[in-house]
Amino acid sequence: MEDDSGHLNSLARACLVSLQAEAPVRVPRRRQFKLQLPCPAIGNDENRASQRNLKLARTTAYHPSLTKQSAKMEVLLGITGKDFTIIAASKAAMRGATILKASDDKTRSLNKHTLMAFSGEAGDTVQFAEYTQANAQLYSMRNGTDLSPSALANFVRGELATSLRSRKPYNVNLLLGGVDPITHKPSLYWLDYLASLAKVPYAAHGYAQYYCLSILDKHHHPDITLHQGIKLLNLCTDELKRRLPIDFKGMTVKAVTKDGIIDIEFDDDKVVKMA
Amino acid sequence: MVGKDCVAIACDLRLGLQALTVSNNFPKIFQYGDVFLGLTGLATDVSTVSDLFRYKVNMYRLREERNIAPRTFANLVSSSLYERRFGPYFVSPVVAGLDPKTGEPFICGFDSIGCIDFAKDFIVSGTATEQLFGMCENLWEPNLGPEDLFETISQALLNAVDRDALSGWGAHVYIIEKDKVTKRLLKGRQD
Repeated sequence: MEDDSGHLNSLARACLVSLQAEAPVRVPRRRQFKLQLPCPAIGNDENRASQRNLKLARTTAYHPSLTKQSAKMEVLLGITGKDFTIIAASKAAMRGATILKASDDKTRSLNKHTLMAFSGEAGDTVQFAEYTQANAQLYSMRNGTDLSPSALANFVRGELATSLRSRKPYNVNLLLGGVDPITHKPSLYWLDYLASLAKVPYAAHGYAQYYCLSILDKHHHPDITLHQGIKLLNLCTDELKRRLPIDFKGMTVKAVTKDGIIDIEFDDDKVVKMA
Repeated sequence: MVGKDCVAIACDLRLGLQALTVSNNFPKIFQYGDVFLGLTGLATDVSTVSDLFRYKVNMYRLREERNIAPRTFANLVSSSLYERRFGPYFVSPVVAGLDPKTGEPFICGFDSIGCIDFAKDFIVSGTATEQLFGMCENLWEPNLGPEDLFETISQALLNAVDRDALSGWGAHVYIIEKDKVTKRLLKGRQD
């Protein structure tokens, strides 16, 4: 079981330490008062100055999962089948309550047969994903062979776990899908920002978990074909369109097969009526 | 759990975020030579700590050219956890094994900062601790043979996790004898 309470304390300590180290920030009185209210502005911590105000204003610990509601709104889905792994990610790039872009690609390919999807705090996600991508490619160049999906998953977990105990941990949730280059076995790894790693047949991140995992529990089978996998994905996205309070602007869908990573056409414009 | 010339260690398989189950195949028992380590707590630390001890035990084996003894390993766990006294790993480990010289059963548990709890009957840890204490207190008796010990530990674990919303989804049970280790997978309730 995951218990965040201790981590909260260490984060609170980290915040206090960083506060003492930084020069005092002048904050208009009114603004500081406003930030004490549990308003949506609290979630908007890309703004460095306001984040510092937040730390000054709130005596309780700052914790990403409490404040980053928009990160949980991002959809990541993964499904494995007989000889493939599908990775799907929502196209909306969000900042607080605003959608900044409707064609965001939240995936990076690590090597020919491993794909990573990511969600979480704005700057961290791409930075961490591309750092991992660079390391995976460096390994391939040095050794003339690619790391397997399981090796990569454990490498990424190691990096996230080290970062978790650092002053400013990466706030990134990941899905890592791949097909083993030798055995051709598909695999999917679920990683959260605490660096919990689980090998799973299907997975989701954020609020999508609550809607999709039950659908996948009912309909998933390890022997499904790519076609059936996409049908299953449609079942999930339809439910998300029905139930999620915001429009996530459709999904980027990719599949990893033994021949590599392929883009999959996905109908984002389908209108889903309430049941 | 201690038996006659044997010990048993068992865990459930659930990985969850509060009430949401993420995976139902997340084993929490790790084998290091002849010693077994069970880890409950924060999932990321279960992985981190199990990897850390795999490294430490492998280094020990290279240096000493023999397997680590359960008692030595227990002290290694204790000191490694206390190294992190003011920023602990959020795990409550359990160690089980047979003494390589005397063949005596050895079990012990720890808190997250490495305080050892030696026991001659059973050690429990995790979210279902209270339920496990109740089951073990009632089912366990001294000098159980390997088969009886398997039945006892399995019934204790399964019935305890069925009363706990946060654990369950199958179990792994290891029965450790002098020159045999039996690992059994229990299906358990899947709801």
